[in-house]
Amino acid sequence: MKNSKTTQKIAFFFLLLATLLIILPVGLIVVIIVVKGLPAISWSFIFDMPKDGMRAGGIWPAIVGTICLVAGAVLFALLIGVMAAIYLSEYARDNLLTRIIKLAIVNLSGVPSVIFGLFGLSLFVVFLKFGSSIIAGSLTLGIMVLPIIIAASRVALESVPHSFREVSLSLGASKWQTIRHIVLPNAIPGIMTGTILEIGRAAGETAPILFTVAAFYLPHLPGSIFDQAMALPYHLYVISTQVPNVDEKIRYGTALVLLILVLFVNLVAIIVRSKFRKKKKW
Amino acid sequence: MRKIKEFIIEKLILLCGVASIIFVVLILLFLLNEGLSLFKDIGPYEFVSGKKWYPISEPPQLGILPLICGSLLVTLGAAIISIPIGVACAVYIAEVAPSWIKDILKAGIELLAAIPSVVLGFIGMVTLSPLIKSVFNLPTGLTALSGSIMLAFMAMPTIVSIAEDALYAVPKSYKEGAFALGATHWQTIWRVILPAASPGILAAVMLGIGRVIGETMAVMMITGNAAKIPDGFLQPVRTLTATIAAEMGEAVVGSEHYFALFAIGLILFIISFIINLTADLFLHRKERR
Repeated sequence: MKNSKTTQKIAFFFLLLATLLIILPVGLIVVIIVVKGLPAISWSFIFDMPKDGMRAGGIWPAIVGTICLVAGAVLFALLIGVMAAIYLSEYARDNLLTRIIKLAIVNLSGVPSVIFGLFGLSLFVVFLKFGSSIIAGSLTLGIMVLPIIIAASRVALESVPHSFREVSLSLGASKWQTIRHIVLPNAIPGIMTGTILEIGRAAGETAPILFTVAAFYLPHLPGSIFDQAMALPYHLYVISTQVPNVDEKIRYGTALVLLILVLFVNLVAIIVRSKFRKKKKW
Repeated sequence: MRKIKEFIIEKLILLCGVASIIFVVLILLFLLNEGLSLFKDIGPYEFVSGKKWYPISEPPQLGILPLICGSLLVTLGAAIISIPIGVACAVYIAEVAPSWIKDILKAGIELLAAIPSVVLGFIGMVTLSPLIKSVFNLPTGLTALSGSIMLAFMAMPTIVSIAEDALYAVPKSYKEGAFALGATHWQTIWRVILPAASPGILAAVMLGIGRVIGETMAVMMITGNAAKIPDGFLQPVRTLTATIAAEMGEAVVGSEHYFALFAIGLILFIISFIINLTADLFLHRKERR
């Protein structure tokens, strides 16, 4: 008996050790970026154009580019994603088509991000002749985030109690009216949480925009959705690998801005989720 | 009137429902169309087993064996590091940790999942690779080992969260039964809970490895990008994904190089398809029974 107690202690110690091996570096990474990046952050760093081949000046066009890209991507994915989720939760029967749709979603969510980049290049940039542009990048990112938005929306729709639908239908509302006025409003918090989380992911992705939008050095703001644009993650990649002699401060500063952007978005999602959970009446 | 509107909306919803299928098929078609164009000039066997990747020499030499070896080596390294640590962490969170620590740990794992891969790649470049350079006394710290460590780290959120779900899904009665027979907590975990959760844990491991194979930016920044067959973990390597990301910008549309990069994409797509399909089968095995 004593022996097995000792074994347990040793085993639990190793489990703790493994956990610390993951958690401590995460903390360390965040601390390093914050400590080394904070001195670079200033009004002009965020709101100025880059200068001297990105060795000086600010990162404003990259921030604007990322915001445009993500807005377009989420708009596109939300439109199709919510409708697809409505189909799966309200209309789909348990048949072959539904099974294939689910399989496609699983597969789409596992496709490496660089493959989306290849796809975006061949379909939007070359085949549809959009050229390297914000719209090509947005659509590429939109397809990438689509499976998660479908999954989140479906969970949200399915968590609306069945009795809500039955009451609405028994009052003479049509199926679509029930979905539009009863089911969807009650599912919005869940859909929003999933969407906001995907905004964070889309903002940090680099590989899908490498050959669909990203401009190496473009010290002005994009004029239309058919223009090339800079983007924060690509900018960080470029100044840390492609351009020699960039001040370390600028690299850390860019990494910090990107990290803050992504974490802020995640925080918003967490707050939305907990706020609506408290309000939930059923 | 209402009927017509309802009919149109239903068709629209159906169209969005099948959109995922359309996108997957489109991706496959475009990869096939561009990728297979390569094999008019080079045999598939030559492409996969060729030892030289000099895409811009004249004539270009397009053998991706070094890239396949690079991807395999980095993935193997990442799997060796991430599987034991990730599963152990999941067990700790699901079974051992007190609930307030559990919340902190889960937040930490979510934080890791949220950090963009380009940021992790950057941090790896400035911290991990100098460390490896000085520890092993190498000319460069950008090696397969650095890539493996970084990728192991990036696979953790996937492995930990899915394995944790699998551990939670084990019925409580199993645990209570083991306790009633006098087993210690660890004996219960090792002999009862882990075996019962093993299909889910296997799926977690597979999805984690799928993530590793597909990861691009961090691996491109930290493995050194040398397209030659590596002898070991302490050499620079180049992976399949990094090759596409690094070279597609310069490849001329319609050139052999361009088609070759799509052929690499096709191979990656097929690998990820197989991995996801198998993992999904493991995850939903119970439902089907």
